[in-house]
Amino acid sequence: MFDGTKRRVVSVWFPRLASDRVLRMSPVDGPFALTHNQKNANRLYCLNSTATEQGLQQGMPYADARAFCPALQSRVAEPALDQRFLKILRRWATRYCPWVGLEGQDGLVMDITGSAHLFGGEGRMLMDMRASLMRTGLSVKIGCADTRGAAWALAHYGEGVAAVGDTLAAIKSLPVAALRIEDKMSITLQRLGLRRIGDLAHAARAPLTRRFGPALLLRLDQALGTQAEEISPYCDPPHYAARISLPEPIGLVSDVMAGTERLLAQLCTKLKAQEMGARKLCLSLYRVDQDHQQVELRLARPLRDPHRILPLFERGLKEIDAGFGIDRLRLEATQIESLQAQQISHVADGRKDKLDDLISRLGTRIGLDNIRRLLPADSHIPEHSFIVAPAAYSDPAGNWVSMKPRPICLFPPEFITANGPRPPNRFRWRRMPLTTGRATGPERITPEWWLENENWRSGVRDYWFVETMQGPRLWLFYTPQNPGWYVQGEFA
Amino acid sequence: MRSSILPFFPPADARMHEVCGAGAYAFAFMLSAQLGGPFMWVRETWETDQINPDGFADFVEPTDLTICHTKDQTTTLAVAEEALRSGAVALVVMSLNKPLGLNAGRRLQLAARDKKSTCLAIIPEGMGSNAAETRWRCNPVFDPELHLQDSTLQNWELIKNKSGTLGVWHVRWNKASRCLGMVSPASK
Repeated sequence: MFDGTKRRVVSVWFPRLASDRVLRMSPVDGPFALTHNQKNANRLYCLNSTATEQGLQQGMPYADARAFCPALQSRVAEPALDQRFLKILRRWATRYCPWVGLEGQDGLVMDITGSAHLFGGEGRMLMDMRASLMRTGLSVKIGCADTRGAAWALAHYGEGVAAVGDTLAAIKSLPVAALRIEDKMSITLQRLGLRRIGDLAHAARAPLTRRFGPALLLRLDQALGTQAEEISPYCDPPHYAARISLPEPIGLVSDVMAGTERLLAQLCTKLKAQEMGARKLCLSLYRVDQDHQQVELRLARPLRDPHRILPLFERGLKEIDAGFGIDRLRLEATQIESLQAQQISHVADGRKDKLDDLISRLGTRIGLDNIRRLLPADSHIPEHSFIVAPAAYSDPAGNWVSMKPRPICLFPPEFITANGPRPPNRFRWRRMPLTTGRATGPERITPEWWLENENWRSGVRDYWFVETMQGPRLWLFYTPQNPGWYVQGEFA
Repeated sequence: MRSSILPFFPPADARMHEVCGAGAYAFAFMLSAQLGGPFMWVRETWETDQINPDGFADFVEPTDLTICHTKDQTTTLAVAEEALRSGAVALVVMSLNKPLGLNAGRRLQLAARDKKSTCLAIIPEGMGSNAAETRWRCNPVFDPELHLQDSTLQNWELIKNKSGTLGVWHVRWNKASRCLGMVSPASK
C-alpha cells in the first residue's frame, strides 16, 4: 500500500440506470428501450434485461431494433434527468460513508475505510446496499477492493470482493478492458496475447510503456495500489432555503413574522457560512386548504442580516390572506450574490445602510427598477451625457465636471418661431412673450454619426444661452442645416 | 452686497415646505446643498422634464441623488412619507400636480418632524396646502450686470410662513463656494 492505511473502496455500477429510472415510474412488461438521437440516427440508449435477451444491443438503430423485436416498447431518453437521479443516489449513499463521488455517467465510488464496522462488517454492508438498491428496482453491480481501479474492475467485470492486501488475486482473471483503458488499446493487447490482467501484471514493463505509453501501466498500478488515486466526493451545491411546519395553523401577522424570523435566522446562518448575500427572497405560505401564497422581496443590496431583512417583509405579509390558517412556511433565497465579510469600521456611518434599506422598502411598493440614480456617460450630446440606472444595480460614481454651463432641466426640444442664425430679439415660448436681454454663444454640437439617433436627424446644432428680460434663462438651439429654432432647457 | 448668513434660508428643517414658480428646481437644489447629505427626488413617470446632472452639479453632487418614479400622486406621497420616516435622506423633493389634501399634508408634516428630515413639494402656482410650514414663489430675474456663466439671480418671495414674517429677497448662487448670497434689490 502506498499510504500504509488499509483503504477500502466500493464501486457501484448501475448498468441500466436510465431505463430502470423510467421503469420505476411506469413499469412495462416485455422488452423496453430508451432511444436517443446519436450520430444522426435514433439509437437505443438503454435497454431492460428482456430486451437484451432478445438480442438487442445498446447503440443499434431504433428502426433495426423494431425489425428484430416488433414488441419493443420505447421512450425518449432524458440524460439530464438520469444525472439528477444519479446525484440523488449519491446523496442516499452517504448513509454508508461520507466520502461518495460520482463514477462516470452511471456509477458511484465510495471510500468506506473505517465505516464498514458500523453495518456489521463489509459483507453485511454490501448486502444491505445491494438489497436496498434492488428493492428500489435498480439493477446494480458492486465491487469492493483496496483501490478504486480494482473496485471498478470488479463492479464492471464479474462482481466480487477483493481480499484486503491481495488485490491482484481477485482481478488477475479479469480481461484487460477492466483496467479502464481505451477500447483500441485493449484490442491491441488481446492481439498480442495479453488477455487477462494477470498476464499484463507479469509482463515486462519497459516494452509495454514503449508500445502503449505511460497510460496503460498507470492504470495497472492504480488498480494494484502502487500508484495513488484520489476519490473526490461530489458536493451538492448549497441550497439556500429553510422551512417550518407548524402543529397548529396560524393567522396573525405577528405570528407569521415570528415564523419568518426563525426561518431567516436559519437562512442567514447558511448564507454567512458561504459568504453569500441574498438579493431576492421568496417566502411561500401554505394554507391548511392546500392553497399557497408567496411574498417576494427584492433587496437593493445583497444582504444576510436578519434584523435588516425582517422588517422589509412586513409590507408584503400584510397583503396575505391567511384563510383558515397557515401551517407551513418556506423561505428561499432565489437569487444570491457573493458578499464577502467586511471589516466593520467605527468611522462608517449607518446612513448608507439606511438608504439601501429604504430603497429595498420602496422597491416593494414601486418596483426596484423605478428607483434610479444618475451616472455620467461619455457623450457631448446633452441628453446622452448621463445614464439613468437602477439604484439597486449600480454604485454611485462620477466626476461631474462640465466645461460649459448646462441647464439644470432638460426637456424635448420645443419649436419657436424665429429666423436667421442669430437668436431672435422677441419670441414666444410656452405662451410667454419673451425679450432677449443677452445671448451667449453659439456652441456647436454635432450629432454622433456612429449612433443612429432620430432626434438628431436635423444635423448640427448651435446652442445659445439666452437670458430673457422677463427672467427665464433658456437654452436655445439653431439647426443651420435644416433652419429652425428650438428651446431645449432651462438654467437656474 | 452679500451676507453669508441669511435669516430666511434654509427654512426650518424637519418641516414640509412648498415652492412654486419657474425657479422651483433651482430652489430645491440650493436647499439640498444647504442641508447636505443624500436627497431623494420623487416624481411621476410621465413627466418629460428631466433634471440634468451636468447642470445641477454646480449645486449638489449628483451622486447624492436618488430618483423615484411613481405612477401617480398617491404613490408619490406614499414614497415621500416612507423616505421621510426612514431618516435615510436629509431632503425629499416631490413634484405634485394636484392639490394636497389636509390629511396628506399633515401626515407628511408629522413624518418630517419625527425623523428630522425636510420635505419640499414643488407645486403648481396657487395649489398650496395648509399644512406647509412655508411657501415660496421663486422666479429667475434678468441680471443686467454681466456675470459670465454665473447669472443665477433669483427673486424669492416668501408668500406663506407659519412662524414668521413674509418677505422678498434677491439671491444669487455662488458656484465656487457653493453658497447662497443675498443681493440688495437696490442694486438692480
